[in-house]
Amino acid sequence: MTTTKPITSPEIGGIGHSVRRREDDRFIQGAGRYIDDIVLPGMLHMAILRSPLAHARIKGIDSSAATAHPGVVAVITGNDLAAYKLAWMPTLSGDTQAVLATDKVRYQGQEVAAVIANDPYTARDALSLISVDYEELAAITNPQQALSPKAVLIRDEKEGQTDNVAYNWEAGDKAATDAAFAKADRVVSLETHYPRSHPAPLETCGAVADVNPITGQATIYMTSQAPHAHRTLFALVAGLPEQNIRIVSPDLGGGFGNKVPIYPGYVVATAASLVLGRPVKWIESRSENLISTGFARDFYMKGELALDKEGRILAMRASILSDQGAFFADAQPTKFRAGLVHICTGSYDFPAAHVAAQGAFTNKAPGGVAYRCSFRVTEASYLIERLVQNAAHEIGMDPAEFRLKNFIKPEQFPYHSPTGFVYDSGDYHTALRKAMDMIGYDQLRAEQKKPRPDGKLIGIGIASFTEVVGAGPSRDYDIVGLKMFDSAELRIHPTGKAILKLGVKSQGQGHETTFAQIVANELGIPASDIVVKEGDTDDTPYGLGTYASRSTPVGGAATAMVARKIRDKAKKIAAHLLEAAEEDLEWEPGRFFVKGVPDRGATIQEIAFAAYTNLPLGMEAGLEGVHYYDPPNMTYPFGSYIVVVEVDPGDGTWKVLRMVAVDDCGVRINPMIVEGQIHGGLAEGFAKANMQWITFDDQGNCIGSNFLDYLIPTAYETPRFELGETVTPSPHHPIGAKGVGESATVGSPAAYVNAVLDALWWNAAAKGGSGPLNIDMPVLPHRVWQALQR
Amino acid sequence: MKINVTVNGTSQENEVEPRLLLVDYLRTVRSLTGTHIGCDTTHCGACTVLVDGIPTKSCTMFAVQADGASITTVEGLKQGGQLHPVQSAFKEHHGLQCGFCTPGMMIVGAALIAENTDPSEDEVRWAISGNICRCTGYVNIVKAIQAAAATTREASRQPVSVG
Repeated sequence: MTTTKPITSPEIGGIGHSVRRREDDRFIQGAGRYIDDIVLPGMLHMAILRSPLAHARIKGIDSSAATAHPGVVAVITGNDLAAYKLAWMPTLSGDTQAVLATDKVRYQGQEVAAVIANDPYTARDALSLISVDYEELAAITNPQQALSPKAVLIRDEKEGQTDNVAYNWEAGDKAATDAAFAKADRVVSLETHYPRSHPAPLETCGAVADVNPITGQATIYMTSQAPHAHRTLFALVAGLPEQNIRIVSPDLGGGFGNKVPIYPGYVVATAASLVLGRPVKWIESRSENLISTGFARDFYMKGELALDKEGRILAMRASILSDQGAFFADAQPTKFRAGLVHICTGSYDFPAAHVAAQGAFTNKAPGGVAYRCSFRVTEASYLIERLVQNAAHEIGMDPAEFRLKNFIKPEQFPYHSPTGFVYDSGDYHTALRKAMDMIGYDQLRAEQKKPRPDGKLIGIGIASFTEVVGAGPSRDYDIVGLKMFDSAELRIHPTGKAILKLGVKSQGQGHETTFAQIVANELGIPASDIVVKEGDTDDTPYGLGTYASRSTPVGGAATAMVARKIRDKAKKIAAHLLEAAEEDLEWEPGRFFVKGVPDRGATIQEIAFAAYTNLPLGMEAGLEGVHYYDPPNMTYPFGSYIVVVEVDPGDGTWKVLRMVAVDDCGVRINPMIVEGQIHGGLAEGFAKANMQWITFDDQGNCIGSNFLDYLIPTAYETPRFELGETVTPSPHHPIGAKGVGESATVGSPAAYVNAVLDALWWNAAAKGGSGPLNIDMPVLPHRVWQALQR
Repeated sequence: MKINVTVNGTSQENEVEPRLLLVDYLRTVRSLTGTHIGCDTTHCGACTVLVDGIPTKSCTMFAVQADGASITTVEGLKQGGQLHPVQSAFKEHHGLQCGFCTPGMMIVGAALIAENTDPSEDEVRWAISGNICRCTGYVNIVKAIQAAAATTREASRQPVSVG
């Protein structure tokens, strides 16, 4: 299939229509309600004192001057929290994390104390009046250092922890892989670092905690991609009864994984409100956001491919070392300590693979969040797509031809990967060929080899990625024990309008529009007649939230299923209204009618009214339901991206001449929104390949603590994109959709980097040599220049 | 200090601390929360408002510097019950996702269109290069601003209706 064909009219606006977004009316008029827009009567403001040192023992904290400062209501330290057993909290990966440091600080930017004052300016003023006596310790700033036998123990408070190892994990069959490598004709390899990055949504994190001193009811407004899971965590952390906790995640100014973990600021604000009996607001500054929350990636990867004479892949080996920072505080499914990095066999068919991953604690802020990706899929996809180009270059085969030769074939689906995944559907050859046609691949390759008068080099980079998203089946997937189902509750009102409530939470993806479209498709109620609610745990069914491209695969499936339940009941009511047998009725979007007598029908609106006014004898009134969806499998979106770059050998700068992206995310609910998601992902992929980078000096000082140092491309630097699509529906998903929010961030970095390396490869080949096989991201001009000199 | 600032056509006198940032004045004193804070350091443009018609990052200007000025925020784009062409175009062309950068982007877009009703793609990209968006890859923002310019161009060609 090449596109999603609507089965409903534009007035109904079901699947396949580019319905304009319902949420936009408030956003374009400045009427969104983000966390910092929330103002409650009597509200106080909190600011956090953070450690300037990466590793130090705390010998004492004197907060008396801050406490005495006019306008300051309270100063809270770790020892104050310890009295409530709140100085430490569990993380979503089963570790513990300091809320406010009591013994040591373990990274620069770690939370040490909090000031609560009448206004935010005063709260920040008073931070400088707190004096902390630190005894500085040596900082460990990379995982190799952390694993050296002489390394100082970072997590000395953790019972049973004797080294800096955060986890060890492996997948695949080592013996079979070693055997395949032993008989390989050729082995190609790649060592590369996927550097530390930060999702940096334009809105930082924050909370307004409002604990009622009389009733004990805690309403916590917070920037949360997973409000229900966070409610349960709050119940466990703070010991508050769960029925007294209401998490409200308001409009979110982007998330990209940054708003999945629970940060100390949320907990301290809640503790402060509990103690002071007044609402407390905490809003992160951009610097705080960039130095202390939501780091991603930081994977040192080594990959090898075993090849036969014909250029067929026989096996893959990967070993990975991840820099977790001081706490294992991201959210990985319990069973998969290194996330889903074992998807690194990608789009290729070979029988054996082995992946070994180790995580190390370092003196950096907790990292490893899935930045616009499904649990380390980005790193995995990057590794294989870079390796494949190296293999093609080394054996002298065109990288596109190499891919086409090694791709899993359409008839092999469902495909059992050597690391244990069962790919649901795919047609990789068609997607790549389509991208090649769009960009004019053969002609470009011919032109590339001709020297240019300006001396600039042309490179063509491909990435044919496969993702694994939509966590996930309860047999394999949980976060701290919570199974990764998701939910939808649908009520049809007597007048035929509806309200849909979800366990997931939009951060800009347009759920208020697309989820209404799913209902419109199933029931024929116009999407504009359906209101979608998310984010308030008192008002929505339980769910694990929005990240890892799981909203459509799981929440979207739940929506389709609950609508079908309602349609089943509607059919019974229609039979009653039409005085016909149920089996004699036929459905078309929006109405049941008697088979062969199309005029004799009942619309969904008439049926809804009857559900409250004219029911068959003995039937329960109302037309509503709830569905908790446990997916039978993950979904596997894929695509092929081709980038053409021009490299200036004089200074190592490069620019994107063309970027073609063919995506297959299964059925597209709202094509306009899908394309918007892809545009955004392609830009973020470019950002990582080109400039976006968080690094640290030897003392553990974070370089990249503001948008002057942490470079984010503007419209001026961002390339232009040309999009194409194929549609291979997911066979197990109720509407055949796979999820798309992350595909382009996952797939595109390798395409950009491959393009630059391809330019350098052919430049060297023209001189009878061979080009570099790696430049670490970001591919900065000086790195390119250095590679050209070798 | 006492200041008098006209915001979206309404002037008001307020007593403010000299160090109060203009963005905080707009958001807290004037309760206009459509103007957002994204970076604190002038890089992201989420806080952009028009100060006497000029796009200005309100996180890097004191409220007292706006004494006597006329300011337009996102809430003031709609005139006489009619959305500004840039507002309609952002919705029509999917020029926003999370909506956080949108007010600043639209303000810059409106200022550009006020000067140039036929900007090229490059001109639009340059005009918004002081504003960061993390969601859209800028593609549809550029498209929306160009569409709004076209609408404005068309409207100026319409004969003025009489009666």
